[in-house]
Amino acid sequence: MLPTKPPQTRIKGLSGWGRYPRTDQTVERPEKASQLGLHDGTSLARGQGRSYGDAALNSDGHVILTERLNRFLEFDSETGMLKVEAGATLKEILDAMVPKGWFLPVTPGTKFSSVGGCVAADVHGKNHHVDGSFGEHVASLDMVLADGSRVTCSPTELSDVFWATVGGMGLTGIIESATFKMQPIETAYVKVKHRKAGNLDTAFNVLDDDKYDDRYSVCWIDCLARGSKMGRSVLITGHHASRAEVPLMSHAPLELKEKRVKTFKRDWPRFVLNPWTIRMFNGRYYRREGRRGEFRTDYDSFFYPLDRFNDWNKMYGKRGFVQYQFVVPRDQAREGIRKAIDMLSKSRRASFLAVLKRMGPPSQGMLSFPMDGYTLALDIPLTNDLTDFLKKLDEVVLQHKGRVYLAKDSRVPAETFRKMYPRLDEFLAVKRSVDPHNRFTSDMAKRLEIAP
Amino acid sequence: MSERPVLVLGATSGIARAVATELAKDGRPLYLAGRDLPELWRVASDLKIRYGVDVNVGVFDAEDTKSHEAFLQNVVNRTGSLGGAVLAVGYLGDQAECEADPQLAQAVIARNYAGVASILLYLAKHFEETRTGFLVGISSVAGDRGRYSNYVYGSAKAGLTALLQGLRSRLQKVGVTVLTVKPGFVDTAMTYGKEGMFKVATPEQVAKRIVKAVRRRKDVIYVPKFWRWIMFVVRSIPEKHFKKMKF
Repeated sequence: MLPTKPPQTRIKGLSGWGRYPRTDQTVERPEKASQLGLHDGTSLARGQGRSYGDAALNSDGHVILTERLNRFLEFDSETGMLKVEAGATLKEILDAMVPKGWFLPVTPGTKFSSVGGCVAADVHGKNHHVDGSFGEHVASLDMVLADGSRVTCSPTELSDVFWATVGGMGLTGIIESATFKMQPIETAYVKVKHRKAGNLDTAFNVLDDDKYDDRYSVCWIDCLARGSKMGRSVLITGHHASRAEVPLMSHAPLELKEKRVKTFKRDWPRFVLNPWTIRMFNGRYYRREGRRGEFRTDYDSFFYPLDRFNDWNKMYGKRGFVQYQFVVPRDQAREGIRKAIDMLSKSRRASFLAVLKRMGPPSQGMLSFPMDGYTLALDIPLTNDLTDFLKKLDEVVLQHKGRVYLAKDSRVPAETFRKMYPRLDEFLAVKRSVDPHNRFTSDMAKRLEIAP
Repeated sequence: MSERPVLVLGATSGIARAVATELAKDGRPLYLAGRDLPELWRVASDLKIRYGVDVNVGVFDAEDTKSHEAFLQNVVNRTGSLGGAVLAVGYLGDQAECEADPQLAQAVIARNYAGVASILLYLAKHFEETRTGFLVGISSVAGDRGRYSNYVYGSAKAGLTALLQGLRSRLQKVGVTVLTVKPGFVDTAMTYGKEGMFKVATPEQVAKRIVKAVRRRKDVIYVPKFWRWIMFVVRSIPEKHFKKMKF
């Protein structure tokens, strides 16, 4: 008999989606579920590498790519309950399920992330204020733990392991598969409404007002506008269109044509995105999108506008960019977010993806990001003096009892992190019980000193 | 293509799963066979849920040649006669280990050729009776010439290539296509992390070529295509020089 070969490893330079930091990693890519397991030393599962910073890197140990373990295992067409291996991407799920009339319960701004990654970062979408985070829709997780055992955990079974894993950044074990509930849809289209808000106060008023609210809502902010226009924004709301709302396409309301995808082949030179060009872009976007009013679009354009461009991160040039996303509680929101936007516009840092969103009650995930309040997400091109600027932002966030989003972070110091995530001790208690020898770790965990 | 099921042997391999996926997209019912039953179930439910096709699974062990007749009978009993078969059983042994341990070399030959030949001959009988369908054999560019670094595996694949040639002329009389696939470097577990890989094809690209070639009733394809030219050069080097080459 021939020996069954274990998966081979290779050395590969990897980074997160923000392209910084980038380091050589020892990588393996199992193709069979039974091969999913630990290594001598430390291990970390990595899905599609769509977190921005160092969350999916493990420079001193092994990185286990889950991309080939992407199979759909069970689907109940009555309840919408779907079980997939953790390497399956949201795109694969949508491609298979939308034509059957099912949509993801929660989706982040890209469909190229893996289900495992969505659980590990407990991602949120435009519907967080209504439906909560991804983890809240997960019925159970099959996992490989540090002692090599395979367990199933859920909100009722090994619930402490479950809520440590949801939002736990892969540090409790390897997620082999996840079961979660899809939501029924009648069409593949979204009924959208755009409204202008002339400044930040108006934007908050509109976001707070249930009259303007919808299932999905998000606010695009022009961070470069100053003075009385500071924080001028476009409020974007929408809901899955019912069959009656798409009369013209009623013969196949769930089918979409495959879209052409553009690829950024090269890094853009740095001068292309400068405060001046971004100001132009922002002004144009505000005027054009703000007056669009009510219209209908397909789910791809509504949820994943950036996915139409492969490697859009190259737009920011070789040096890349930093994503900074934070959340502050409701009572602190207006002041905290005003300060942050003020700092940005004063320092003339160009962010052309600034998104403000209302969040609902948090999930039980111990290291989950969302909290009842407001979140602001920013793309900032990397410059020499950025570190100091972000430190100041951290201070503002801390001062207003907020926190930064780990999936987008590559730089917060351990001390700041501990203040932002008060349930860390609970998490560490679970970590000590399931992984006492710290067999699962990442560059992020080392930086944030998350260890048993 | 008719709607009879396609039997995929060695169905958990990267290429086989991709071929099965392409066939499922066309609405083909499938019968997936291999040694690892839990893994086969995973591939099967994946294809069932994504593409809504009928998928059966069963255990098949290439080296256990005594079981082959009963295996095929059982498949036919369960699903009716076959519309085609894809053979993707293979094992890339380590040459140095094979030289050190001829027993291991024996096992590599058994997996890649002897066992495979047995099931192919039973399949040929089946297709001769039904007088329709196709047979795809995944061989390798390694079978085109016995090379210093890879000749044990290569010799087994050379045997497979020759067998498929023979079956092709035997089955063309009854209208059954036999396609020999000679992959170069394909991005699967077999090649992952190996040195000296270039222009690696994805399993999806390979699968699309295979399904297209079956439809067009091709005889032999190299995937990616340029391997035809590489192997042409490799074959045309005179032996007195070739024997001194170490690749």
